[in-house]
Amino acid sequence: MMPPMTDVHPVVSPLLGRLTLDALPLHELPVLLAFGGVTVGGIALLAIITYFKAWGWLWRDWFTSVDHKKIGIMYVILALVMFLRGFSDALMMRAQQAMAFGDNAGYLPPDHYNQIFTAHGVIMIFFVAMPLVVGLMNFVVPLQIGARDVSFPYLNNFSFWLTASGAIITMISLFVGNYARTGWLAMPPLSGMEASPDVGVDYYIWGLQIAGLGTLLSGVNLLATIVKMRAPGMTLFKMPIFVWTALCTNTLIVAAFPVLTAVLAILSLDRLLGMQFFTNGLGGNPMMYVNLIWIWGHPEVYILILPAFGIYSEVVATFSRKRLFGYTSMVYATIVITILAYLVWLHHFFTMGSGASVNSFFAITTMIISIPTGAKIFNWLFTMYHGRIRYELPMMWTVAFMLTFTIGGMTGVLLAVPPADFVLHNSLFLVAHFHNVIIGGTLFGMFAGINFWWPKAFGFKLDRVWGKRSFWLWVVGFWTAFAPLYVLGLMGVTRRLSHFDDASYQPYFIVAALGAGLIAMGIGCMFMQFYVSIRDRNTDRLRDVTGDPWDGRTLEWSTSSPPPDYNFAFAPIVYDNDAFWDMKTRGFERPTTGFKAIHMPKNAAAGVIIGLISVGFGFAMIWYIWWLAIVTLLAMLGVSIWHSFNYKRDFHIPVEDVIRIEDERTRLLAAQKVVA
Amino acid sequence: MIRPPSLLRPALAGLALLAPALLGGCSTVVLSPAGDVAQQQGDLIVIATLLMLIIIVPVMALIAIFAWRYRQTNTDAPYNPEWHHSTALELVIWAVPLLIIICLGAVTWTSTHLLDPYRPIGRIDATRQVALNAKPLRVQVIALDWKWLFIYPDYGIATVNQLAAPVNQPIEFDLTSSDVMNAFYVPDLAGMIYAMPSMTTKLNAVANKPGNYPGFSSNFSGDGFSYMKFRFLAGSQTDFDAWVAKIRASGTMLDRATYLKVAKPSMNHAPTFYAGVAPGLFNAAANNCVAPGQVCMDAMMRADAGPHHAEHGEGHAKNNDAMKMSAMPMPMAKSDAPAAVSDATAKNSAQSTARLAGAGLPMPGDRRTF
Repeated sequence: MMPPMTDVHPVVSPLLGRLTLDALPLHELPVLLAFGGVTVGGIALLAIITYFKAWGWLWRDWFTSVDHKKIGIMYVILALVMFLRGFSDALMMRAQQAMAFGDNAGYLPPDHYNQIFTAHGVIMIFFVAMPLVVGLMNFVVPLQIGARDVSFPYLNNFSFWLTASGAIITMISLFVGNYARTGWLAMPPLSGMEASPDVGVDYYIWGLQIAGLGTLLSGVNLLATIVKMRAPGMTLFKMPIFVWTALCTNTLIVAAFPVLTAVLAILSLDRLLGMQFFTNGLGGNPMMYVNLIWIWGHPEVYILILPAFGIYSEVVATFSRKRLFGYTSMVYATIVITILAYLVWLHHFFTMGSGASVNSFFAITTMIISIPTGAKIFNWLFTMYHGRIRYELPMMWTVAFMLTFTIGGMTGVLLAVPPADFVLHNSLFLVAHFHNVIIGGTLFGMFAGINFWWPKAFGFKLDRVWGKRSFWLWVVGFWTAFAPLYVLGLMGVTRRLSHFDDASYQPYFIVAALGAGLIAMGIGCMFMQFYVSIRDRNTDRLRDVTGDPWDGRTLEWSTSSPPPDYNFAFAPIVYDNDAFWDMKTRGFERPTTGFKAIHMPKNAAAGVIIGLISVGFGFAMIWYIWWLAIVTLLAMLGVSIWHSFNYKRDFHIPVEDVIRIEDERTRLLAAQKVVA
Repeated sequence: MIRPPSLLRPALAGLALLAPALLGGCSTVVLSPAGDVAQQQGDLIVIATLLMLIIIVPVMALIAIFAWRYRQTNTDAPYNPEWHHSTALELVIWAVPLLIIICLGAVTWTSTHLLDPYRPIGRIDATRQVALNAKPLRVQVIALDWKWLFIYPDYGIATVNQLAAPVNQPIEFDLTSSDVMNAFYVPDLAGMIYAMPSMTTKLNAVANKPGNYPGFSSNFSGDGFSYMKFRFLAGSQTDFDAWVAKIRASGTMLDRATYLKVAKPSMNHAPTFYAGVAPGLFNAAANNCVAPGQVCMDAMMRADAGPHHAEHGEGHAKNNDAMKMSAMPMPMAKSDAPAAVSDATAKNSAQSTARLAGAGLPMPGDRRTF
């Protein structure tokens, strides 16, 4: 049924597009309160920045910085902020599902509930997991390969601002208009103009288009960095495992994200120009969208998990005080996973009825992935074997991951068996599975990484007491929240429902909600951990003057904490894949003389400016404010051209500054030795 | 450094919380449903899980043992900081998962073919084969916003949000959707299958125990999704005949105009019964041409295929003109054979659902190979 397009598109005013006062949540009290809260909070934040005259500092030292370390930190901050939003969505869903039984419709009407689970998925994947992964890679990779920055420092800043702009656009939807009510992959025809004529899907599309472009550019950048900028002597098979996983991840990003860009662009053409690629009329076919989005979507899963695997490998070797077992097989396992990531996408929709032979093919390729993944688990296991395990926080997260992820992997293989998938697909069993691997795999890994590299980034360790509280609340909370979902899945309960008839489900949902409450406390403890650590940063308990608080094995621990802007005064020479461990065992003496001026990239404002203009562009496209779209597009183009004439892109850190910084480190290290 | 109590206490507390939840999973509908297809699928979950536990249990045990034994404070444990390679161990850690995946892969290949929803079922339950001359009960399913329409082409009746079938009788569903994707799922009967607009899918199943079971959409389809439910009544042949007779006596007719009215979005639609159905309604819905004046998708595709299609198509001898193709009578779908076809759109009907048999497994109808 195809009404003419004029019936679907609302009145578009030349000045404001389809934006009217109705778009503001004036009649919805909870949203209005949140809006008010954010506005007041935002104004307060701006006032504080202004009061402390911090704008210049923020602009010079952070927003326009091309330093990979600062950009990495900004990614992580973005992720943590968005995590609070994504987790609030999770709490609201858990509350709704715990109460909406029988006559009780719950407190969320379907259109709210549907926006919430869509936003939860999109935010957690694109604006929490991705920035965490990209941020840690950004921070760690150049340090681990002994480089001074990434290959394209300005592009790195630009990528970050595109990601941040996507997040801002997504957040605006909370207060102006609404978000998509389609599920996190916005499958047409539901996301088409007929079923979703309002701005929700457009917020989805433009938020992801802009952020996705940032991710793609960051992938190109890190790929070039790893290929071209390794320290002398660091052959591919002498790279730390985290660098290997970053290499594979960025290969996946470069190959997969263009598909996302293309499929969202085609969806936009359908919505804006009535092109019917994915609709039912005029020869379109929604199956194409499902295939395309998962051809991006499955590699995305490995984009999220591989860097976490890298972190676990670094952590388990460092804290077992032992060389990583089976380095070569670990590398090959990573490569095999990278390749197979492209051969499994159809397992997300066995129930489409592709036929038994097609389903079997994709089922078996999926199962084959469990072999290299299993090999990795064994490699970590045998790294612990005959080790001396120190249970610092990163190692605790790693052991929790190994136990949790093994279960998640098992349920994943189970879902890969098509006849089993026919009864488990779209069920809460599936929901439990992917939270099991994304929380138990990616997120635990990111927490391990944050606890591991925090002292490198800031020069002080994170508090253990609050860290342990957070750890136990998270791990117990995770299982309390998701074990009931596994059971509910086996009870035939499917996902995305806002209401249930069968009261026998309710106890499980209540337990799951309690689990979410435990996780909330875990998150609280984590922020408390940050606060306490920052407060006590100058105490001996937390302060790291050596640059090597964990007795590390790779190059990032050979420099100071935090590292100087130039990372390394001299390019390290690598003889072993545990380069720094090798230096320490061979009695390497850090050079204290012979410093030279260091050539460095200069800050650039174009990235943040174009990023912010892109928010305006996205907003204009969402609301059909065509004049603004044209103006912002031209503005972005203009700033790009202006930036291309910027020849003041580099400078030298004067040799006196290098000597001053390095002498200070020499003094600190000497003082440390005296104390020891 | 950790001391046992601090490690074990929260872990034990967690386990105590989980135990009843995990035990609760054993008697659930997915693992003990009322239909043979769902039962085989549930059994497969158990088999696959057990197969994987062969490796999962030792791995988890080793993680716990190593994590404990090689803790820093246990100086009795050996410490080899440079030990990092063992060809024998590497062989084992790649080979053992490989062997398990080979077993699981074999199970997967055969079960995927045997339980392919397109494949007519071969057995009523674990002990009874389908009789040679048995005809399945055919049901055409159209997912509407947000309710289910069931058409019984052999009985000329239709229902909304109520499905019925005799037990131990094979059922063959043809499915499509009016505008967005849905998935048809009766956990007690068989696994889910997508119901997609402009496409048809198939599901073969059988119910073994009489009862009144829940059915619903399991693929998110918009605001009314949570309320897109129906009941599946499985009873004796007599019960089913009585149910059909009751509907036939009800008198109302599902013509195309009524269908278009029913298809309008609504939630919590009460079960509705129709004593007659417009001919070719399912195919018209699957081809997006129920409303007057709409060109059917299949006709449009044939027209688009043009002369190229004519070269290979059935009618090339008499018709090379692409423009005329849309009006060319095409073979009617089996399901419409008994009904009189009155308008041109309904004639352009057959969406091919033919499948490759695959895996060397014979189709159940093909008795020669058994």
